[in-house]
Formats: sequence, C-alpha cells, structure tokens
Amino acid sequence: MADHSIEVRALSKRFGGFTAVDAVSFDVGRGAIFGFLGANGAGKSTTIRMLCGLLDPTSGTATVGGFDVGREPEMVKTVIGYMSQKFSLYEDLTVLENIRFFGGAYGLSANAVQARLPWVLELAGLNGRERSLTRTLSVGWKQRLALGCAVLHEPQIVFLDEPTGGVDPASRRRFWELINELSSRGVTVFVTTHYLDEAEYCNDIRLIHGGRIVAGGSPRRLKEEIIRNPILEVATDRAVDALEVLQKEPWVLETSIFGTALHIGVADEAEGRRLVLRRLALEGIVPERVDRIVPSLEDVFIHKIEEQAVARPDGGSPA
Amino acid sequence: MNPRPLAFVGPVMRKEFRQIRRDSRSLVFMIFLPAFLLVMFGFALNFDVKHIPLAVVDQDGSRASRELTEKFAATEYFDIETRLDRTGDVDGLMAREKIRAALVIPETFSEDLLAGRSPSVQFLVDGANAMSGTTAAGYAASILQSYSQRVTLEGLARRGAGGLTLPLKTDVRVWYNPELRSAKFLVPGLMAFILMVILTTSTAFSVVREKERGTMEQLRVSPLPSVALIVGKLVPYVLISLASAHLVLGLGWVLFGVAVKGSYLLLLLAMVLFLIAGLAQGLLISAVTETQQVAFLLSILTTILPTFILSGFVFPVRNMPLVIQVVTYLIPAKYFLVALRAIIIKGAGFPAFWDQVLMLAAFAASTLALSVALLRRGSGVGGRRPLRRRAS
Repeated sequence: MADHSIEVRALSKRFGGFTAVDAVSFDVGRGAIFGFLGANGAGKSTTIRMLCGLLDPTSGTATVGGFDVGREPEMVKTVIGYMSQKFSLYEDLTVLENIRFFGGAYGLSANAVQARLPWVLELAGLNGRERSLTRTLSVGWKQRLALGCAVLHEPQIVFLDEPTGGVDPASRRRFWELINELSSRGVTVFVTTHYLDEAEYCNDIRLIHGGRIVAGGSPRRLKEEIIRNPILEVATDRAVDALEVLQKEPWVLETSIFGTALHIGVADEAEGRRLVLRRLALEGIVPERVDRIVPSLEDVFIHKIEEQAVARPDGGSPA
Repeated sequence: MNPRPLAFVGPVMRKEFRQIRRDSRSLVFMIFLPAFLLVMFGFALNFDVKHIPLAVVDQDGSRASRELTEKFAATEYFDIETRLDRTGDVDGLMAREKIRAALVIPETFSEDLLAGRSPSVQFLVDGANAMSGTTAAGYAASILQSYSQRVTLEGLARRGAGGLTLPLKTDVRVWYNPELRSAKFLVPGLMAFILMVILTTSTAFSVVREKERGTMEQLRVSPLPSVALIVGKLVPYVLISLASAHLVLGLGWVLFGVAVKGSYLLLLLAMVLFLIAGLAQGLLISAVTETQQVAFLLSILTTILPTFILSGFVFPVRNMPLVIQVVTYLIPAKYFLVALRAIIIKGAGFPAFWDQVLMLAAFAASTLALSVALLRRGSGVGGRRPLRRRAS
C-alpha cells in the first residue's frame, strides 16, 4: 500500500451505451514512470481524467496519493500535477506571467513562486526568454514550460496526457530526459501515449485497447514473455500486396505493416522463412530480405489485440 | 499551500487584467463601443415628432381660414411646406414624402362659421409611420380643438353672452421631462441595453475561450477554488464596464443634455448591481457552452432582443400580455431601467425604487450561484466522448 502512488480497482466509465473504460485495475509504484499505451479512443484520456478528478467514475475505485478520487477530489488536486496534450498555457501571457499565475493557482505564495522560478526556467530551457509571449514559443518550448508549470508546486504525482503530440524528435527526447529527472527525485510519472516507441522509456506499462487493459509489465517482460513465436521482418517495396497474400495463409499467426516492411508471426523461424519466400514468389514478389527481429512493443500490441479478437469475436471491435 | 480561497483571487485578477490589456480589440469593444453605440442610437432613435412638413389646401381664402393656418404655423410641430389649390395634389406629394400631413379647409369654412354651422376641416396624415402619424394627428386635433373653443366663445360674445367661460379648463403639465424629449427617456434605456449586450458577451467569451484553449481544464485540476476563479474574473470586468458606463453617462449629458438629477451614490449602487447581473448572465452562458460561436449566439439572443423589447426600454411592460409580463421578470435591465430613470430623470430617492434594486441583487446573486455550481461541475455532461479512431 505504502509504496503505491496510485491504486485503481475495477474502474469503469460509461458514456450512455458506450463503455470508454471497462473495469480497469492496476497499481503504480512510487517514483515509477508508468506508461499507459493505446490508440486514440482506447480509454487513456478518460482514465487519466478520472484519476485527476475531472470525471466521475461510473463504477470502481481509485486512490491517488492515498486520496479517493471519487470522495476527495479536492485533496487529490493538492498532490498532483497535470499536463494535457494541448499544453494549456495562456498564449497571451509571457513565460514569467504564466509561471506566476499557475503558481498562484496552486496556492503558492509569491515568494514561493520566486524561489521556484530558476528551477522551472532551467527545466524548460527558457532562461533569457522570460518576457517572451508564450504564443511566440516553439511547440517544444511550450511543452517544457507546460511541464514546468504543472510541477511548480512539487507534486508527488504528475499526470501527462499525450505530452509529446506534435513535438519534433529532438524535443521529445529532451522531454523524456526531464521525465527521467523527475522520476529520479521520487516523483511518480503517469504518462499516456500512442507512440509505442516512447514506452521504452517507462519502467512499467499497460496496454489498453477498447477500454480494457490487454497487457502489462515492464517493456522487456512484455517483449520477451508475451510474444514467444518468432517475428519475421519482410522488406519489400510491394508491402501492401505481400500483406494481402500472407494474411490469408493459415501458418501466418499475425501480420502488421511498417512502411515498406511487414512483420509476420510464424511458428518456426526457418520453416516460416521458407514458406514466406515460396508464397511470395507465386505472386512474383521477391523480398529484399527476410530477417528474424526482436519484437517491438508495437508487435506486442498487435499480438494482444489479435489474441483478444479471436477470444471475443463479437466484442473485440477495433477502437 | 495557502488554504484561504480569497488568496487565489489576486493571481486570477492580475492575469485577467493582463489578458484584457494585451487584447486591445476587446478593450475597445468594452470601453468605446458602448459610447459609440450611444451616439449612433441616441441620434437615430428619436421619437420626438417636430417640424412635420404640412401642405395647406385653403379653398376658402378667408380671414378665418388664414387665422387657422397661422395656428399651425405657429407651433414647432408643423412647418408649412406648401400651399395647394386642389386636394388632389396631396396624394402625390405625400407618396413622395414631400409632406407628411395636409390640412384641407373647405370653401364654406368662414361662411359656416358665421352662420353658426359646424364647418368640417379635413386633416390628412401619412400613417406609414404609425408612431409619428398618431402624434401628428394628436397635435392637429388639439390645435383645432383650441381654435374651435375660441371661435365658440367669440360667437357667444357677439350674441351678447359675453363673460361666459368654458365649464372645464384643462391645464396639462408634464413632470420630470417637461419638453417631452425622448432623449431623456432613451439615454438610460440605451445605457442599460448597451452595457448588457457588451458585458454578457465579453464575460461569456473570456470563460469559453479558456475552455477552448484547455486552460479551464488545467485550472480545474489545480486547487484553485471556482469561487476564486469567478470573483477574479468578475472584478476586472466590473471595473472596466463601470468606466464604460461613466463614459456613456458623460456623453448622454454632453450630447443629449441628460444630467443625473438624483444621488450619484445610488446610481453607482444600481450600476454595480446591474453590471454584476450582466456578468453573471455571461458566466451562466459560458457554463453551458463549449465554443465561442455558440456563446456569442446565446449572448446576443438573450440580451439584444429581451433588453430592447421586454425591459420597458421602448415598450411599457404594463401594456404587455400577462405571459410576457412574467417573462420580463427575468430581464435584469427591467429593474435597472426603473431605478435608472428614477435617479437620472426624476431625481427620486431610494424609497422610490428599493424593490428594483433588491430584485436586481437577487437576480445577480442567483445567476452567479448557478454559474458557480455549473462551472464547478465542469462541462456538465461528463466531458467529451472520446473519438473512435484506428491507431496509425
């Protein structure tokens, strides 16, 4: 209990007849970087909004920092920081004015904000731009400033809802360094994303699909334990044609497409390679290469979704 | 952590002031648009009927008929535009709006008068504009009335019944606005109307903008109490619109000669309450809308027409059907107008309109409470439903 920052038990949210989050349960350890992964509409934002006290759960319970989100939402607000995908800053205020205002909104005194200011400016890399209007900043800067504003009051737990949308790769990398730094100071970071490669930065992740958690664990465990069959990468400039042909074959366990490459799951590496080459040759497709790869989280995700679709052919509508 | 809700008001207020200052368009909108509208409406909305162009068709050409014509020319209500020989010409002139009224004195006018018969004088009015038409006919009737009284008395005197007086003498006096100038009546109404529209719209905008940009969500996740947010937003807008109201008041005095006859402090009290009511209405709108377009539409719909038509600004409330009269209780401008006219025009004291001030305060308080409750609950229907999309 004591080493969990967040505890979620059978949390559900329904909007009319639509179940956005379906009896989700998990724990988040103190100081963890917890990744909540899923496609748009899988229920990530709904879950985060319930945990921040923005939405009332339909059923189930959740505690955040020891406070019940349904019964003590005002207490929850004092221990969390939140940053949405919109980087909600006042664009018509300067960097400094935004920091001062959010400090005030978190109940910090002017002196406390002043004391915290150098840290936030350093974190956001905005030294020397304190008086710039926020709207003139690039997206990466806005993102870091939004994070700085969200942690002004030194919360125990930070919720980041799709924090890297629309941000260039260099800024994304820098942002994840900041998240690591927060985590090393003991701050629990709860982050949602649909960039599966970002999940590699997390210590603990949950895959959510259609409002349900379909897999969880550390990225390493997920990749090693969930996909036990080999994954072959087939590189060809006729990837779409190849996909159409291969996904009809009974010996192909799963397929997905990544640009000009296909990932296909087979039972055995050597046998699979032979079958792929023979089948594609019938279509006149000669792949540039067929290699066994270490599965990515994306493969894990697709594997779990296909597994679920087989198990629940009626309910497993892709979100 | 600072637990007192009031401590949160300061940061919100400073932020609002900064935002308003940076957004020069909304500042102009709030301060100068009311003044500009007052000038526009003040000159355009003129219910005074004066200098009505009149055609005289004097078929008699006698001393008596000239005397009657003179009576018309002597008032400021009618200007004799033309003298015609034939009644048939009146039609064309009136159609082209060269004249608005015509006085037709028959050939037998003086003859009938001398003989003691009642001659009939015809007065034709352009009724296309019902309001000025009715007024013109009223003026004409009273001129003719007083002329015929005089003729009657003179006739009686000639027959040796001198020293007779009429049994009833009317002496009509108009109080508070002796010249019956519509400006005096309109300026307070315009003030209420303009301030209501501008205030409701700008407050609704300032909140809905935060919803659209996501900053409202950010604030709802912070410990900032919603009361502090609303008070912090209200104060700057009340101060700015108070300045705007004074500008309107000053212009009303300079341009239309409408000075404040009563107590300034009472006026200030009524204004502040009214401004809060307008802001509260804007907040209420922002609590139930998600986009600036919808907020704008609702603000306009719930202010322009109701304030113009249902507040007693142009049409007296007591002449309305009962159902409509009940609706007028929801229009804050109605209470404000009664108080405003009492203070500005009549110079009346608090006892004359305390009930209106009370109603205004009640409207402001209940609307504010409702919007705080709605805004605290969030967007109402439990947030947006997530979009269903396939992963890329």
